[in-house]
Amino acid sequence: MGKTLVEKIWDAHVVKREEGFPDILYIDTHLIHEVTSPQAFDGLRKRGLPVFRPQQTVATADHNVPTLNQHLPIQEELSRYQVDMLTKNTKEFGIELYGLGHPYQGIVHVIGPELGITQPGKTMVCGDSHTSTHGAFGAIAFGIGTSQVEQVFATQCLLQQKPKTMKIEVNGKLAKGVGAKDIILYIISKISAAGGTGYFVEYAGSAIRSLSMEGRMTICNMSIEMGARGGLIAPDQTTFDYVYGREFAPKGEEWDKALAYWKTLYSDEDAQFDAVLEYDAADIQPMITYGTNPGMGIGITEPIPATTAQPESERPSYEKALNYMGFQDSEPLLGKPVDYVFIGSCTNSRIEDLREVASFVQGKKKAEGVEVWIVPGSKQVEAQAKKEGIDKIFEEAGFMLREPGCSACLGMNEDKIPAGKYCVSTSNRNFEGRQGPNARTMLASPLTAAAAAVTGRIVDVRELLN
Amino acid sequence: MKKFEKLTSQVVPLPIENIDTDQIIPARFLKATTREGFGDNLFRDWRFDSNNQPKADFVMNNPTYRGKILVAGKNFGCGSSREHAAWAIQDYGFDVVISSFFADIFKGNALNNGVLPIQVTDEFLQQIFNVVFANPQASLTVDLEAQTVRIDETGESYTFEINPYKKSCLINGYDDIDFILSHKHLIEEFEKNR
Ligand code: SF4
Repeated sequence: MGKTLVEKIWDAHVVKREEGFPDILYIDTHLIHEVTSPQAFDGLRKRGLPVFRPQQTVATADHNVPTLNQHLPIQEELSRYQVDMLTKNTKEFGIELYGLGHPYQGIVHVIGPELGITQPGKTMVCGDSHTSTHGAFGAIAFGIGTSQVEQVFATQCLLQQKPKTMKIEVNGKLAKGVGAKDIILYIISKISAAGGTGYFVEYAGSAIRSLSMEGRMTICNMSIEMGARGGLIAPDQTTFDYVYGREFAPKGEEWDKALAYWKTLYSDEDAQFDAVLEYDAADIQPMITYGTNPGMGIGITEPIPATTAQPESERPSYEKALNYMGFQDSEPLLGKPVDYVFIGSCTNSRIEDLREVASFVQGKKKAEGVEVWIVPGSKQVEAQAKKEGIDKIFEEAGFMLREPGCSACLGMNEDKIPAGKYCVSTSNRNFEGRQGPNARTMLASPLTAAAAAVTGRIVDVRELLN
Repeated sequence: MKKFEKLTSQVVPLPIENIDTDQIIPARFLKATTREGFGDNLFRDWRFDSNNQPKADFVMNNPTYRGKILVAGKNFGCGSSREHAAWAIQDYGFDVVISSFFADIFKGNALNNGVLPIQVTDEFLQQIFNVVFANPQASLTVDLEAQTVRIDETGESYTFEINPYKKSCLINGYDDIDFILSHKHLIEEFEKNR
C-alpha cells in the first residue's frame, strides 16, 4: 500500500519506533520566540545540559514587541524583560537571534519561509500553535508546549504518537475577490472549530494547487483553528520556485540533490487517509466571522445563522457569542459599521497580502472614523513594501504602516482594540478578548478588510472590484 | 526526575469538583520566566485572603492535614493547558494526585513533571474522604509497580491504569528528556545516515 505525504516525511524522521512507546521523532528545525522559551532554557540549566543542536535553532522576538518606535527601549516592563531574557539565553546557548533591529526580525512563521529555512520534507516545531503555517511547503510542522521546547533543545527530538491523516480537497476555480483566506474560513465553517481534532490535514485539489505560496501558508496556518495538529500541501514547482535562491536554501549541487528528494514528496495514489473531505471552489464567496470562534463564519452576503438552527445543547454558548459580538441572530452583517481594521499576523502579513491591499486602495481613502493598522510580518516585508512604494499608497489612503510583530493578533503589546469596538481583522482567532478585553473581532481576508477600511462598513468586496 | 518509590503518606483532602487550572494557579502568576516558586502560589486565592493572610478554614492551612498525596473531587485540572498547574503542584511537594476524573492535558502535564495522577472510581474516592475525615492521620499506600492504591486503615485497595511508557518513566526516574537521551547514540547515528 502507498504512503501519504505525512507518513513519508514522518517515517523518514523516526529515530526509534518500539511497540507500546511513542516514536522518537527527529526535528530538523526548531523556531523559538520570547514568550514560550524562558522556562525551557531554565530547565536546561537545571539539568546542566547544552542545546543539542544550536545550529538547527532560530530565534526571533515577535509576540510582545511594540510596532512603533522599535529603535527605542521597550516601554512595557514584562515585555522588555522577556525580550532581554531571549537575548541573554540565545547568547548563552549559542543560538542565532533575529531580534529587534535585525533586518531579518519578524513573526516567526513569516521569517522561516522568507529566509528559506522552511523547506519541503522537513520536520519543524515551535512553541506556538500556528507553526502549522510551514506545512505549506510540504513539511511536517506543528506547535509544542514549553516542556517539549526543552525536549527539543536537549535532544533535537520529540516523543510523538503518529497522527491520523485527513485529506481536504478543494477543486475548481475561485471567483474574483475570493482568496486563500476565504477558502480556509469556509472549510472551518463547514467542519467546525473542532472538526480536525487529532488529524494532520493534507490540502489538495486544483483550487489549492493554483494558490501562490503566500496563499498556501494562509491555508495551512489556520489548520489549528479546526483543531488539527497541522496542515500541509505537497510541494510542486510553485514551492521550488519560491524556495530557490533564498538565504538558507540549498545551493548548487545541494540544491539538485534536495530537489530530487522533494519531487518524491506527495501522497501515493493508493495511500489511505483516515478521513477525506471535498469542496467545490465555486461555492465559496468572501467569508467573514460573526462569532467568537473561527468556525463561526458565513459568506459575506449570508445572514447570521438562527439560534434555533443550532443543536439544543449548544444554544446557550451560541447566544453568549452573539451577545458578546452585539449581533442578533438571523441578521445580515452587510452594512454593519466598523471601527478598526487590522491587516497583519502570521496569517496575512506577507508582501503579497500588502500588494493586494495596496492595489485595491490605490487612489482611495479610508472612511472617516476608521482606524487602519497595517503590520508587516517582518522587517523584510516592510523593506520590500517601501521599495515598491506601497507605503506611499497606504499613507495617502490614511492607513498606518507600523513595524513588524504579532501586534493586535493577540494584543500582548500595546496594540489592543478598545472594549466594544468592531475590528475586521486578517488574523486567525476571534476568541473573546483576543484583541483586547471585550474587543469584537471579525476575521476576513485582506481584500475584505481593505474594503471595510475604505467604506467604514462590512461590504462585499466583489462589488468594488472592476 | 526523581524515581517514584512506593509511597505511604497522609493525605490532603480537597472534596471539590471541577477544580480548574485558574484555581490551581491563577493567571496573574504566569508571567514568571522560571519554573520555580509556583508552589507558593498553589491554590493562591483559596489559601490566602486579599491581604496575603492565610485563610484558617482552607485545608492546606490546617496542620492536621499534610502529606504528599492530594485527593480531590471529580474532573481535576480542567481549563487551560498551562503546564504551570503541574509545576505548582509538584513544587509544593505533592507526588500523587487522586481524583475520580482528570482533564486530559493536566494528566499529561502532571506525568511529564513527575506527579502521578491516579484515577479511581467515585466510590473509592468517597471511601478515601470518609476515612480521612474520620481520622486525619490515616494514610494511603501507593504501589506504582503493582498499580495499586490502598487505604491502610481498612486495607481496601484499588488497581489503577497507567500508560506503560509513563509507568516505566516514573519508576526509573526518567522523564521524556532522560528517555530520549538514553538513545543519544541512535540520534547521532540517524544524523550521520541522512
Ligand atoms: S501573529 Fe498571532 S497567531 Fe501568529 S504567531 Fe503571532 S500571536 Fe501567534
